[in-house]
Amino acid sequence: MPIAPSASSDELLLASRRIGPDLRQNELSVPAIHCGACVARIERVLAGLPGVERARANLSAKRVTVTWRGESAPPLLSTLNEAGFDAHIHDFAVDQKDGVMRELVRALAVAGFASGNIMMLSIAVWSGADPGSRDIFHWLSAAIALPSLAYCGRIFFRSAWQAIRHGRTNMDVPISIGVLLAFGLSFYDTLHHGHHAYFDAAISLLFFLLIGRTLDHLMRERARTAVKGLARLAPRGATVLQPDGSQHYLPVAEIIPGTIMLLAAGDRVPVDAEVLAGCSELDTSLATGESLPQSVKAGAQLQAGTLNLSGPLTIKATATAQASFLAEMTRMMEAAEGDRPAYRRIADRAARLYAPVVHLTAFLTLLGWLMAGEGLHQALTVAIAVLIITCPCALGLAVPMVQVVAAQRLFQSGIMVKDGSALERLADVDHVVLDKTGTLTRGVPQLIDAHETALETLAIAAAMASGSPHPYSQAIAAAGRTRGAPVVIFSDLREHPGDGIEARLNGNVYRLGRSDWALGDGTRRAGVVLSEGGMIVAHFRFESELRPDAHEAIAALAARGIPVEILSGDHEEPVRHLASLLKVPYHATVTPGGKVAHLVALAATGAKVLMVGDGLNDAPALMAAHVSMAPASAADIGRNAADIVFLHESLLAVPEAIDTASRARDLVRQNLILAVAYNAMAVPIAILGQVTPLVAAIAMSASSIAVVGNALRLGGRLGKKSSLSPKSAMPAPMHPVAGTAR
Amino acid sequence: MTDFFYLIPIALALGGAGLAAFLWALRSGQYEDLDGAAERILFDDDVPLKGEPPGRSK
Repeated sequence: MPIAPSASSDELLLASRRIGPDLRQNELSVPAIHCGACVARIERVLAGLPGVERARANLSAKRVTVTWRGESAPPLLSTLNEAGFDAHIHDFAVDQKDGVMRELVRALAVAGFASGNIMMLSIAVWSGADPGSRDIFHWLSAAIALPSLAYCGRIFFRSAWQAIRHGRTNMDVPISIGVLLAFGLSFYDTLHHGHHAYFDAAISLLFFLLIGRTLDHLMRERARTAVKGLARLAPRGATVLQPDGSQHYLPVAEIIPGTIMLLAAGDRVPVDAEVLAGCSELDTSLATGESLPQSVKAGAQLQAGTLNLSGPLTIKATATAQASFLAEMTRMMEAAEGDRPAYRRIADRAARLYAPVVHLTAFLTLLGWLMAGEGLHQALTVAIAVLIITCPCALGLAVPMVQVVAAQRLFQSGIMVKDGSALERLADVDHVVLDKTGTLTRGVPQLIDAHETALETLAIAAAMASGSPHPYSQAIAAAGRTRGAPVVIFSDLREHPGDGIEARLNGNVYRLGRSDWALGDGTRRAGVVLSEGGMIVAHFRFESELRPDAHEAIAALAARGIPVEILSGDHEEPVRHLASLLKVPYHATVTPGGKVAHLVALAATGAKVLMVGDGLNDAPALMAAHVSMAPASAADIGRNAADIVFLHESLLAVPEAIDTASRARDLVRQNLILAVAYNAMAVPIAILGQVTPLVAAIAMSASSIAVVGNALRLGGRLGKKSSLSPKSAMPAPMHPVAGTAR
Repeated sequence: MTDFFYLIPIALALGGAGLAAFLWALRSGQYEDLDGAAERILFDDDVPLKGEPPGRSK
């Protein structure tokens, strides 16, 4: 279903980047690009627009870069919509990530080149080169190794130095010490025409470790880019009514209290504001978790982030963007993050035990050989050999490899894991807290007992409702479509914002809307009433639809012994109804601060809580939880706060992610045991001074291959499972909220 | 054996050329859209597309 543009030409202009005189560039996210034909079609329709200089679609990133000329942006979004592609503006800020990735890939390429060539020279030495050639080969190796070490090693040196300066230790400390000592000793031996040089060991170590690190980074960036590519739900700006009557589109940051703004139906409230004129209904589900639309009229206070449903409003800002509800949530998130106990990654915890043991062993070896009466050079050589053989090559790969494979599997089923530590934390989870509106339910109401209404009546109601963006109207229209109601043509159709819709047919006046308005008797009934000449014809009631598989997901969690509870900002009634349906405990009318307090209290009892939520009001709680998940339809701030974002509608993503994470944890443990066992075998040989560069090279490669092979088992097992349902790899519509927006 | 030493600089130069080619390809944005390139070769319109890799314009 193509969705109407959620951003105006002004918003495009605001989000564009100036790349030359009179030349601007916009980046659009188009999730529906999936083949070459889409690429060709998109580029053709966009290049045909007046003012467009270039249009280039990126199939991998599902993005389109458009360069255009002129004062105002061409109708890019509506053109794409007409061509059948749902599109939204992508922020350029996202692209700043490229730096680290590029540095890693370049370092990886250089390390690959250097280790290959040094290995080639080393093999010549091992196979018995005469002393003259050996010296030349060692010098050549040194000449290649030194610049590569400086270029590729700095990634590790930097991080190791940071850790040491703060009195900590991480995996990079033993890596850096091992690599530097290996290089120093080899260089010394080269100067003195020694037999052995460990240049190959030092550089291939860097190469292997860079592979692990690059993969790790790739996985994180891909998930983050995918999440940032989702539709932005917070407005970039607002149409400001100037004192002289002119209208300007200004960025949110320039709106000050007292600014008068026009808010069209389908727009989100940019900052906290007060209604001056007009009446309408607001969908506050994303802001406060309330599932029913609130009607507002002049004098009402609006929270930033709520969605205007039916009528245009004139509003006056009461706070700047920095002081709005949204900013309040941001402050609470920061506070929650500060209070959350820092999580130490498995690899770092391993390094904390590992580094002192390794360094102590090497030091004792040095002392032992000195006491045995060997010279300082021999003792140092053996001690450094111990460091090289224990260098955590396998450890450095053990964790990231498993996490990359696990994240890749989850990525294919639409679950974006933003970093490896999220997977580790997810495996610990023993308690799940769910938000209601938008998380357990879809936030889209559905007509109850649609089949009880006569088809002719439903046809009239559906035809009246079809033009309105109100969620109730859309639910009625959808029910009419499902039952194949005939199309009715009215002689007159008018929308009364905040009240309902009035239509005329064959001299009869029909009203569809609030009961007190439609019947004119002042009684309020839940839902919507259809009246004919003031007499009730039908009464429509609604419930918010459960997310697909909500029952199954909760059953799956219960089967794992994980208790589930609902924590909602909505009113008692709907929450109790839903909780009894799902048979889980609940807390209703919880404020954002209350959610955080609840999570903190749970954490104090030792529970590792997974928070699943989507609203603005959930964002601080997402931050406070041990680990958090958000659906793709969540508020921007919630998506950014969550560790994991799932794109599909099905709530089964939650147990699936927990499953994969705990399998990944098992494999990480196996890998760490493998790596330690390998060290336990290799270290005695090294202490006895039997490790030549050849032995070191074989041992290092063998252990790395074992660890990588073990990690790939995860992919194999899960791969078979997911290949049974290839349908599930198709992303669901990414922003149901935007879908109701116009 | 020393007769074959001239092979070493050749080997290193070839490797270096490969590395340089890779770094150039990376810089010129050829890895930006791996899936798209595979599809674009099948486009049969003769009109040159109004586009170039976004990497260059940066």
